[in-house]
Amino acid sequence: MKWILVLIIATCNTLGDVLNTAGMKRQSEVDRLAPRTLLQMVLQIARNPLVLAGLGALAVSFFALLSLLSITTVSFAVPATAVSYLLETLLAKTVLKEEVTWHRWAGAALVSFGVALLEW
Amino acid sequence: MRMTAEYPTEANTDVEVPKSLEVHTTRVFTVVVIITNVIGNISLGRGMHAVGKIVSASPLDYVRAFANPWTIAGVCVLVVWMLTDLALLSRADLSFVMPVTASTYVLIALAGRLLLHEQISWVRWTGVVVITLGAALVGKTPVRTTKPQPEHLR
Repeated sequence: MKWILVLIIATCNTLGDVLNTAGMKRQSEVDRLAPRTLLQMVLQIARNPLVLAGLGALAVSFFALLSLLSITTVSFAVPATAVSYLLETLLAKTVLKEEVTWHRWAGAALVSFGVALLEW
Repeated sequence: MRMTAEYPTEANTDVEVPKSLEVHTTRVFTVVVIITNVIGNISLGRGMHAVGKIVSASPLDYVRAFANPWTIAGVCVLVVWMLTDLALLSRADLSFVMPVTASTYVLIALAGRLLLHEQISWVRWTGVVVITLGAALVGKTPVRTTKPQPEHLR
């Protein structure tokens, strides 16, 4: 069960990240931590369908994380979600048709190996 | 009539923000992102252990998770994390943000060991370190964003 949850978390994280990145790039840049600037950012997000969808995906990921944390330790759960790096790299190559450099593939392979080690 | 400028002008910025302040703001955001990620996840972990096992596709079953102060605190801190992360993403590439996230895995494992007294085997520690290295490597894309020369022009 825990690996299914890990997969759900990673998939929804990846989806959420991609949607949020695309969505935030369409908004104005945040240049200071002032409350008014942050409020403006939040108001823009409320009208940004990409970021809203991204946040929705992250919400699903979050509930899956709550579930995972209730059955495993934090030091397993959070690093395990790093498998999203592998998913993101695969996504970049297949769907986004990006040029994926060798060190990105090597990094994704290392992450996958590291996640597998977490089991023990 | 040719117009010459005495010094370069930033035509595309409304407010003149010195480069050092831009970099400084990004660094502050980055530190906040890392700290809130670690504290938020640790709080959440502590809370969910107190609440007990919840494995369900129905959001209603998660309501009791929020009856615990650690879970609530964790959620609040993670909300701050998420907003700061979005703010960071609006001013830095995903390829910069990802190595930042990479560092949090080791920090979370350490915090899990020290604060939550979790048992972490040597194999698992190795896994965490390997993940961190891999994540940092994934984020390390070339600085230049210009495309390489087409083959026939080399």
